[in-house]
Order: sequence, then structure tokens, then C-alpha cells
Amino acid sequence: MGKKKLITGILLDIHNLGLRVLEAVLTNAGFDVIYIGARLFQEDFIRAAQETDADAILVSSSNGHAGIDAEGMREKCQEAGLENILMYIGGNLVISQQCRDWSEIEDVFKNMGFNRVYPTSVKPQDIVNDLKKDLEVVSD
Amino acid sequence: MINSVLTIDFGSTYTKVVAVNLDNGEVIGTSQAGTTVEDNIMIGLDKALKELYRLTGKIKFNRKLACSSAAGGLRMVAVGFVKELTSEAANRAALGAGARVVDVFSYGLDDQELEEIVDIDPDIILLAGGTDGGNKAILIHNAEKLSQSPLKSPIILAGNKKAAKQASDILRDRDKEVIVTENVMPQFNELNVGPARKAIREIFMRRIVLAKGLDKAHSFVDNILMPTPMAILSAAELLAKGTEDEEGMGELLVVDVGGATIDVHSVAEGNPTGNSVFKGLPEPYLKRTVEGDLGIRYNSLNILDRVGEKGILDKAGLSPDHSSDLKSYLERATKMTNTLPADGLEAKFDLGMSLAAVKIATERHAGTIEMLYTPDGPVNIQVGKDLTEVKTVIGTGGIFAFGTYGDMILKGVLYDSQEPFCLKPKAPKLYLDRRYILFTVGLLSEFFPDQSLKIAKRYIIERNL
Repeated sequence: MGKKKLITGILLDIHNLGLRVLEAVLTNAGFDVIYIGARLFQEDFIRAAQETDADAILVSSSNGHAGIDAEGMREKCQEAGLENILMYIGGNLVISQQCRDWSEIEDVFKNMGFNRVYPTSVKPQDIVNDLKKDLEVVSD
Repeated sequence: MINSVLTIDFGSTYTKVVAVNLDNGEVIGTSQAGTTVEDNIMIGLDKALKELYRLTGKIKFNRKLACSSAAGGLRMVAVGFVKELTSEAANRAALGAGARVVDVFSYGLDDQELEEIVDIDPDIILLAGGTDGGNKAILIHNAEKLSQSPLKSPIILAGNKKAAKQASDILRDRDKEVIVTENVMPQFNELNVGPARKAIREIFMRRIVLAKGLDKAHSFVDNILMPTPMAILSAAELLAKGTEDEEGMGELLVVDVGGATIDVHSVAEGNPTGNSVFKGLPEPYLKRTVEGDLGIRYNSLNILDRVGEKGILDKAGLSPDHSSDLKSYLERATKMTNTLPADGLEAKFDLGMSLAAVKIATERHAGTIEMLYTPDGPVNIQVGKDLTEVKTVIGTGGIFAFGTYGDMILKGVLYDSQEPFCLKPKAPKLYLDRRYILFTVGLLSEFFPDQSLKIAKRYIIERNL
């Protein structure tokens, strides 16, 4: 069985340093990371996932507007035949994130269809552990 | 005895011949006659040669090289997965091989689409889909579908290498001719069109020449080497890059204006020159687009519909009083596609129509900038090639070789400050192929690149406008 394939990218904004660090950690952990760039639209992630037969989509967003930018992405995945693809989102997802209740923010994005939601303070290894757990579950 | 080469273009309407002296880099003579592929291709060629020898005297040629776009040219269908990704990559590979891409299909073929492909009956099918190690199902599904059809077209398989064997086995089990080559998009957003282009050309030389009735010319010419558009693209590449011994002209654009189509070729990286972010599938360094609705004879009325009478007359510097004469001329040109302007007024009609068509064709070829408003502020998104810094533009085709207003028509390629989002060349030097020899340059580049480049630089003339 080959490596699990992950599509990673920045949704609309350009703050990609954190994601590039995460990419290195994920690659070292044995994932095949396909970084597709910054200033992306939802469709860019989905097309890449279709063509590469990816196992998961990891969306990074740091402009505080992910609540608008990421809305509808799960539905688009369903339209594209990627109903069960794993979707994570992380970053500075809402304005004044540090001052708000994280569990409320997490609920918003989980209700949109994201499987896991991360703040900027997440440790990369936690993401690795979650992916290993979730993808083993999915592949069953 | 001089070292002479005969180059032949079996065109869709005219068979053109150009004789060159390789020793001194001179064009000895040129001629043309109507293409006669339906009865015997040699009839048209013999007429063209008779006229050539009348001008030059009989010549004993060391080599005879030919290209062809006769009998509809090289008709292809491209099939891929995601429309904006492998379908588009397959389309670009086929265009870059000089093909006429009749249709492009995406995702899994259904019965109706299969019927459409059967109706098209293409010369070649280019089948792509999935990055290497990516989606396998689509290539296998589409191979299954094609295997069930009565199609006899050879199929070039240029998709996910992990599914290629299974897909090719499915097709071969149903007696389809299959050529497996490298993926047109092996990794996400990485274009790899060279191997597919090479495979297309090999099939063209081996099979299509026979199928198009061009085999009758085989005893006369040394080789029918490639589709004519590929000869033009090869010439463009040679002119841009140069050789080890002869400098090229740098990045450039070639506009080939024909009766049936306008082809635009750019040899350029097209990277952003301003403050913009590139999006979408990268475009090939050697890019060709074909506008099948802008040919200045077959599509005269289409151009009129698109631009309007005033649009054409304004570009020709004529008053609206000439509207009905314009319409009559364009109707005649559409029906009799070898129409030549009878007087100065009709020459101006050609000017207005051709200038409008060249403008549209270049706009479709060049990249665009779109402003996206983000929470960070406005961002320029570039799609396609930024050609604003291209310094050389060449016009080729009968309208430039024989027409009166070639200089003005070529200005249709220029950047327009009224349409700043279209990334056309801003300040290029303009050149005309006055002897109509660009196909010759492309054919010669195969075997004599240095001499070919020298000939091109000698006869493709800069216009000081």
C-alpha cells in the first residue's frame, strides 16, 4: 500500500510559512504531501484531490475569514465524487480568534463538514497523529 | 551543382512549393497551385512545380521535404479527467503537435459522448487522466468505453502510469491500436506534453499520410514529415531559441492568418511581469491556439457577426456608406474561399476584417489579469501567459505575403490600454513573412537548423511602423 496522499494549500490568503513547516513534518512522517500553493479557491483543492486520488485535503487559512471562504466546500466535494474525503482546516480562522471560545469556532467548521479544526497553536505532531488515526479509520 | 532543397506544404486549399539554396541561404523561387487530394495529390503538386520551373528553370533537388494540412488536417479528440487539469493538458499536447482538436472530453465518458466521438471519427484519440499514482479509475473506465466502440482511430495513452497497462490491455483485447507514452500531467500542475507530441507525430507520419491520400506523393518527396502547423511551431521555436552557432530572436509570437483558421503560436515563458499571482495549469513554453471561427474566408460572416459592420469599417478607415458592399464581399468570400480582393476597396474590407480577427485571436491566446478583492486587499490573479514583454511578433499567411495592408493587420496583436487585463505584447518589433516561407523554415530546421535560421532572418522582414 502506498503513502497516504494529502492535498495542502492556503485558501485565498498568502500566509504559507506555517503550512510549509507542517509540510516538512508530514513528509517526514511518511505522507505524500502535494502542496498546491496559495491564493487558492475551494475548487483548486478539489480538482487536485480528484486528479491525484488524494486521501485528505488540508486547508490553511489565516485571514480571519474562513467562515465565508470555506463555506460550501464539503458540498462541492460531494458533487465532485469525493463524499468521504477527509478535510481538515487550521489557522487564524476567525477575527480575534484568541479572544473567542475555541469550541464554538470548532463547531462552526465541523458543521460545515470539516473533520478536524485546528488553531494556530496546534503542534504539528498532533496533526500527524490525528491523520494517522483518521486515515486508518477511513481506509477500513 | 548547388545544394538545393524543395519544401512543400500540402495545404487545405493550396499546395505551396519553396525552393531554397542551402549554400547561400537564398530562396530560389516559390509557387503554388490548388491542392488536389481528392483525385491525386500529385496533380496539384505538378502544377505548382511547373510554375516554379517556369520562373527558375529546372532544378535537381538534393532533398524534398513536405508538411501537410490537407484533407482536414490532423483531426484529434482529447479525453482526460478534470476539465481544467488533464483534459486541458491533453488538449495542449494535441494542439502543440499541430492537430485540429475537434473536441475535448472530461470525466467518465458516457454512451452519448462515445457516440459523439464515433461520429467525429478522429484520426487519433489522446487519452489522459490521473496523475502518476493518482486516480486510476477514470483511465480504466474510459478505456473500457472506447474499447466497446467501432472506432479504428489509434489511441495514445498518456495518463496515470499506474493504470496504463490495465487500460492498454483492455483496448488491445478489442483490437484497438494503442501507443503508451508518458503522462501529460505526471504530477499535479506539471505539464509534460513533449512525449505525447512525439507520439502524435509518429502516427501522423506512419498512418495518417496514407489515410489522407498523401501516400501518392511518397515516391516524389523524401518524407512528409509533419502536419503544417507543427512546421510553423518548429519555425517559431528555432527563431526564438536560435542554434549553437546562430543567435535566436528571443521570446516571440507568430500569428498565422488563414482562410479557415487563425493560429497563434507563442514561444515564451509567460511569467508574471507585474505584481500578480499565477493561477491555473501552467502553459507550455511552446503554445499554440487555433481559432476555427476566425479564418478570413470560411468565417468571414462569423467575423462580421462578432464585430459588426461598423467594427470592420472603422478598422478599415471606411465610412458606414460601404456597409452593403462590405456584406456582399464577405458573403462572396465565404462561398468562394479563394477570393482575392478585386480593387482597393475590397482590399480595405480584408484589412478591417483581418485586423478584427487578429485582435480577437491574440486576446484568446494571451493570458489575462483579474483583480480579486480579498480581506488583505486587492490581488491581481494572472491566468495564462503574460506576453506583455515579448519583443518580437511575426505575421504569416497569404494576407501578409500578398496583401496590401499586412503591417496594419499585424497591429491587432498589440496591447490595448482600453483593455488592460489582456496581457498582449506592449512594444514588440513587428515582422512579416513576405515570402510565405515559415513552413519551409520549420521543415528545414529538422536537418539544417543553422541554414534554416539564416534563411528565416533574411526573409522575415522587420516593419518600421
